[in-house]
Amino acid sequence: MMRDMRQQLVRQILWNRLIAVVEEQANVLLKTAFGTITREAGDLSAGVYDTRGRLLAQAVTGTPGHVNTMATAVAHFLERYPAAALKPGDVLVTNDPWLGTGHLFDFVTVTPAFLDERLIGFFASTCHLIDVGGRGFVAEATSVYEEGIYIPHLKLAEAGRLNDTLLAILMGNSREPTQVRGDLLGLLSCNEVASRRLAAMLREFGLEELDTLGEHILATSRGAMLEAARRLPRGTWRAAMRLDGYEAPIDLCAALSVTEDGIHVDYAGSSPASRFGINSPKCYTDAYTSFGVKCIVAPEIPNNAGSLSVMTVSAPENSIVNPLRPRPVTARHVIGQMLPELVFGCFEEPLEGRVPAEGAGSMWVMGFAGGPLVAGASAQATPFNVISIAIGGMGARPGKDGLSSTAFPSGVGAIPVEITEAQSPLLFRRRELAQGSGGEGRYRGGLGAVIEIENTEGEPFSIACATVERRHHPARGRAGGGDGRVARLALASGKILPGKETYVVPAGDRLIAEMPGGGGYGKRR
Amino acid sequence: MQPARLAADIGGTFTDVVLEHAGRRISAKVLTTPQAPEEGMLEGIVQVLAGAGLAATDVGVLIHGTTLATNALIERAGARTAFVTTSGFRDVLEMGYEKRYEHYDLNLELPAPLVPRALRFPVSERITARGAIDTPLDEAALDRVADALRQANVEAVAVGFLHAYANDAHERRAGEILAARLPGIAITLSSAVCPEIREYERFSTACAILSAGIARESGIAEVLSFDMGGTTAKICFISDGRPEQSRKFEVARVWRNLKGSGLPVRVPVTEMVEIGAGGGSIARLDSLGRIRVGPQSAGAEPGPACYRRGGSEPTVTDADVVLGRIDPQAFANGTLALDRAAAERAVRERIGERLALDAHWAAAGIGEIVEENMASAARVHAIERGKAAERCTMIAFGGAAPLHAVRLAAKLGMQRVLVPVDASVGSAVGFLRAPMAFELARSFALREESFDPAAINRLLEAMQAEAAAIVAAGAPGAVLETRRLVEMRHLGQGHEMAVPLPARALVQDDCAALRAAYQARYEEQFGVRIADVPLEFLTWSVTVATALAEASPPPAPAPAALRDAPPRGRRDVFDPALGKTELLPAYDRTDLAPGARLAGPALVTEPQTTTLLPAGWNLEVTAAGHLLLERR
Repeated sequence: MMRDMRQQLVRQILWNRLIAVVEEQANVLLKTAFGTITREAGDLSAGVYDTRGRLLAQAVTGTPGHVNTMATAVAHFLERYPAAALKPGDVLVTNDPWLGTGHLFDFVTVTPAFLDERLIGFFASTCHLIDVGGRGFVAEATSVYEEGIYIPHLKLAEAGRLNDTLLAILMGNSREPTQVRGDLLGLLSCNEVASRRLAAMLREFGLEELDTLGEHILATSRGAMLEAARRLPRGTWRAAMRLDGYEAPIDLCAALSVTEDGIHVDYAGSSPASRFGINSPKCYTDAYTSFGVKCIVAPEIPNNAGSLSVMTVSAPENSIVNPLRPRPVTARHVIGQMLPELVFGCFEEPLEGRVPAEGAGSMWVMGFAGGPLVAGASAQATPFNVISIAIGGMGARPGKDGLSSTAFPSGVGAIPVEITEAQSPLLFRRRELAQGSGGEGRYRGGLGAVIEIENTEGEPFSIACATVERRHHPARGRAGGGDGRVARLALASGKILPGKETYVVPAGDRLIAEMPGGGGYGKRR
Repeated sequence: MQPARLAADIGGTFTDVVLEHAGRRISAKVLTTPQAPEEGMLEGIVQVLAGAGLAATDVGVLIHGTTLATNALIERAGARTAFVTTSGFRDVLEMGYEKRYEHYDLNLELPAPLVPRALRFPVSERITARGAIDTPLDEAALDRVADALRQANVEAVAVGFLHAYANDAHERRAGEILAARLPGIAITLSSAVCPEIREYERFSTACAILSAGIARESGIAEVLSFDMGGTTAKICFISDGRPEQSRKFEVARVWRNLKGSGLPVRVPVTEMVEIGAGGGSIARLDSLGRIRVGPQSAGAEPGPACYRRGGSEPTVTDADVVLGRIDPQAFANGTLALDRAAAERAVRERIGERLALDAHWAAAGIGEIVEENMASAARVHAIERGKAAERCTMIAFGGAAPLHAVRLAAKLGMQRVLVPVDASVGSAVGFLRAPMAFELARSFALREESFDPAAINRLLEAMQAEAAAIVAAGAPGAVLETRRLVEMRHLGQGHEMAVPLPARALVQDDCAALRAAYQARYEEQFGVRIADVPLEFLTWSVTVATALAEASPPPAPAPAALRDAPPRGRRDVFDPALGKTELLPAYDRTDLAPGARLAGPALVTEPQTTTLLPAGWNLEVTAAGHLLLERR
């Protein structure tokens, strides 16, 4: 009896400690990364896994698209590198969109953690690299082969020695070689620091392994998630959403079923895969679907392999939410980040009064490039390649206004204007809230941001519009609330930039991006 | 006769007041009065004055904590502040980081901006990232803004223009124009308070400083490492008698004390972590049956269950009572009799029953989790600062710290804990001892190939003179000390690490020495050495401070006790390591003379706190009367 009580206490302490370890892991990555999208916007994630590659805990710092894809990515590594064959100092890496986190820009690293030569678990981390060659951050590619360099599951380090060959190939294929290498070293660092911390923790408690605690964490979390699912009404509910798309409008269709065994979402009826790079690989579709379900059903339950196992997803092959290789996928988040909004739509009927209105959904990752290679530029134009993130409004909540210019479902934030300007000749004339862009209602939708940019050199620059959405299809209000205002992308001289292509902003002109507002909630009184 | 010095620290639960006069120190601990904090403070002042037999007119100096300034930010109750900014960037303060600090919570709230939109005034002007003037300052527009400010009855104006850290000409000019047109109104420039890149943090700092009236001139340096009171615990590392300083600080967290839910303020503050872990922190079970402690606190109203003031949820203090660590009759000098049965009931019903734990084990769980939370915070903090906790001696302040200090120290692998005289009112004593300090920071970005010792020396000397003049004005004739740092990073990174500069003029060779120092520190912290990427020097800082006050307190009244004083009594204390209750000797601190030694397990009680000395630890009373606890 006393033994049980003490054991229960120790387990409580260890679980607590494990979360502190992964949070530290994420913070090391933030501190050591070179790319602004990682170090300023926080496009990263970090987590700890048991020896079978199951996610035990994730850092709050980071973004769900990475976390939930990484949850399955580690197992794919272990199929190729059996755990028994890994040694201290080994670090595995890939950017496989289907077996990693959805596009070639995200590098996943996995480091086995050891205690006295004995494998105790794994640490994985991911961040978005600024450039991996190919066409860059655009959606024009028609196959993944055009989208950049592909790194299959390989060793980034072996027994403590960096794989210089791999690094040289990567650097030789990137427009930003120093940043690419710096970010990879940051990933390696954060896993290493966390591995040391985990070994010290086990030593302190006189433990030889992590898996027993892992079983407890997974069983408890799965049990709690199941219980939360069983509290929902049983049945199947459907929702659909129409988006601008690339070559044609896209329909996303979902059927959400609650059964005794959990929650299943099926995307039958959704549009076929696009010819262009806006397709969401199944791993990324799964990630944001389960994220959306969890926000509604059990926000407080820890996110790990146990709680995730209660949610399943199916999607027709070669649909836009399950494209097969070699479909292009660079801007996969423009579809993937709409899925939580769609899941919310399914819950509207069974959970009336608890579900927020639609929001902007996917954030705009705007890739700007300049230099002599841009059409119409002079030979003296300064070459640059920077990313800025533009964010719309969140949907109004039952009882509260929507948050203005706040990313959802992504956990990523903005990059300060001063940082982007320090890295390029670009100058922002404006970055403010677009007044009036939130949907009307008893509770108002969040406001989108409005941004106005020019090149101070008097040279043209290009803007990749791969992730621009909701110009024709607004975030819809709920329970009688009004729709959010649609987005608008135009030149100051008046021309509307209509699609998802890459455009050139002529010398002396300016780009104006008005982000979509969130939908309102409830009838205005 | 010298006038008396008074210090008060108003915490979330208790207000501590300390008076020093004629070599004596008298302290009082009273419950905080959240509705009108000054009432509790006055009550404490009346108590110490009565104890000292003095009148209010005998007091020369009253120092109080920064808690009130922070509260002003939390409640947005500071001066009515306006913000003048670059046209096109009116909403920077409101847009913040444009991200959520919690993934799954759809109902989260972001901090309200320090200045509402109606009081944010855009003005046409623009400086580029390289410090060039793109658009001149529209001075006529500024005149119109001045009229609007007057009509809006603002009491303070912050000016924040883009890239003002690179070129402050427009901010300075705007400041001059506004000062001329608005006499008597406080004006702050973002380039003066925080000349660093990243507009949101810089603008937020400029507004926060004004609206809260934080005195920039008194970077109060608390020289304490583990301060656990009623509401929070603060942990800070001290090296060479100086607390670590940093310029990143988050105040007024709006949501469950979560990191990211507050406002960033980049002012020199003592580098410390503060977490919601105090005697009043509430213990709850989450939906998975995990014990969670804090950050919600029962505070003084309704207080822990054992206060019998209406609180029904179990707190850390309740757990300490159940475990037998606190004597219910002697809490807070016996002014507040605690109800042990109420504590047991709360712990058993809210925590124990669902987990099938009896009250002792449930209370042990609360104690363990709160200690674990503090240890995690300390560990992360140690890594960030490149410190090894194992090598430090813990100094335990605050009413709850001596109860938890040794167990926290053990979790951090530490060997020694010092419980000073007047430990329970440590913060207030700290204010009396704090050195006067002033820190200046300037951005001056250089790469290794452009390292220019002459230019750097000129900058540092000017900063040194400016800071020394300010400190000397506040502390005439004091001995001054200087510390100089440079923040460095690999070219292309966004976060810096501070490296100390030698205490002399820099020479060309220092560039290589700084590279070596930076790389060693980087490798120690992150496990990687990046050899062939150039380094950047970014922000240079100079701190001038008065030499530390004499560390030992005024001599305590000579205890009339013997070296081997017997315990005053024995108390039943539950020990989770043994899994049973043991009868421990309880000593009265006033019975322990310098040189006295004890071997754990034992308790040492004093009017406002209790020191828990577990098995495996020894205690010795130092010459100054502090309790030094060491692992056997």
